[in-house]
Amino acid sequence: MLQKMYDWIDERVDITPLWRDIADHEVPEHVNPAHHFSAFVYCFGGLTFFVTVIQILSGMFLTMYYVPDIENAWRSVYYLQTQVAHGQIVRGMHHWGASVVIVMLFLHTLRVFFQGAYKKPRELNWMVGVLIFFVMLALGLTGYLLPWDNKAYFATVVTLQIAEGIPVIGEMAKTLLNGDPNIVGAQTLARFFAIHVFFLPAALFVLMAVHFIMIRKQGISGPL
Amino acid sequence: MKRGKGMTFVGDSRIPANKQKFIPKDYSEYPGRTEAFWPNFLLKEWLVGAVFLVGFLCLTVAHPAPLEKMADPTDTAYLPLPDWYFLFLYQLLKYKFASGAFFVMGAIIIPGLAFGALLLAPFLDRGKERRPHKRPITTGLMLLAFIAVFWLTYEAAGHVDWKAKAENNKPVLPEENAVEIDESDPGYAIYEANSCIQCHGGDLNGGAAAPSLIGIDKSVDEIKDIAVNGIDTMPAGQFEGTDEELQQLAEFIVSVNEQATEE
Repeated sequence: MLQKMYDWIDERVDITPLWRDIADHEVPEHVNPAHHFSAFVYCFGGLTFFVTVIQILSGMFLTMYYVPDIENAWRSVYYLQTQVAHGQIVRGMHHWGASVVIVMLFLHTLRVFFQGAYKKPRELNWMVGVLIFFVMLALGLTGYLLPWDNKAYFATVVTLQIAEGIPVIGEMAKTLLNGDPNIVGAQTLARFFAIHVFFLPAALFVLMAVHFIMIRKQGISGPL
Repeated sequence: MKRGKGMTFVGDSRIPANKQKFIPKDYSEYPGRTEAFWPNFLLKEWLVGAVFLVGFLCLTVAHPAPLEKMADPTDTAYLPLPDWYFLFLYQLLKYKFASGAFFVMGAIIIPGLAFGALLLAPFLDRGKERRPHKRPITTGLMLLAFIAVFWLTYEAAGHVDWKAKAENNKPVLPEENAVEIDESDPGYAIYEANSCIQCHGGDLNGGAAAPSLIGIDKSVDEIKDIAVNGIDTMPAGQFEGTDEELQQLAEFIVSVNEQATEE
């Protein structure tokens, strides 16, 4: 049955090459922890992706309760935390995942860096990876405001002051993020929500797709 | 495999002139025990992922995500702190060479150079050698940056009393404290006329210098005693009215508390 369905689709859109690209390849010995335990360092990238998937899924569920509005944002998070079944777990996963993904990303970056795996021909992929790192930091920064509690509010005030201090474009950058030249309030929360939930994930998905396609094209770097 | 500009097509851009069959990737350059990704290696990755997930969920269950009080822009005593992975930048901006007149140095030049160098690492470290000890400058700079970030984070986090911060900012639903206060009560006028209102606030909710007067379990006499003689950080002699006024003030505070417990 499944084979028939596969054949039916394959006959029309030729998905076999796609399948081979994704799954049908050999894993070399030097990255396989089953053969060399020290090869566990090659797991960091995959685990980063795994935590990213956790973040996407838990974030999707959080938006079912979260209200991006200064009157209700904190109350909706409080309600989720205290009343909703397993709300505390889902929010906990998103909260801790945000930290764990940075840790994993950091370890993955160090692995690639110290192994010199960014050298020719993988320069582009290294740069895409660093951009993913920046996007992740930006996701952490914007997500920090969303519960609208004291630590969120005051950290964002400081962040916006720093943005304002940039010469020439500082004022404009602050207004763009803040929604107002002076008031940190309703507009700020709405903008940070939009950036956190739509703009940055879109950028992240594109960068991750490019990152993975390049890995498949170039293969993994050889042993040291 | 032929790629890029040199490639020619017959009419349709999807069909190359020299048709090539898909050739699986050649791993003969890494001699050794290769393993098929599907399904053998993926199963192992799955197991690693499962173990990781168990650990991650244990963390989540053991430490619920923190939530502080609802944002209060008037809370001037609050110590603002970013999330831990930004603490090193926050700490950097505290140093003299990176703040005030040198703000651009701390906020843009130093982080810009560091992250710019990270982004452009492949073009700065162009040698063929990959082993860390064969490229000491690159390795040394990264270790230096790593130590600097670690040290700055430690400096920023080490001086914060995290426990007290969490204790002072426990999440409370705002409604729970919102007791309707009768401002026409003679007790309120006395509360206002003496210095009580400056520290305990217009709605008796307390502030940075004094605790809330709502939700206390004290009798009229105890309140009278505190108003005159002080308690903890509250000095004596704050109340400067007559004994009758003192009685009215204490009764007023008790009545607000009774009203709060009824709700």
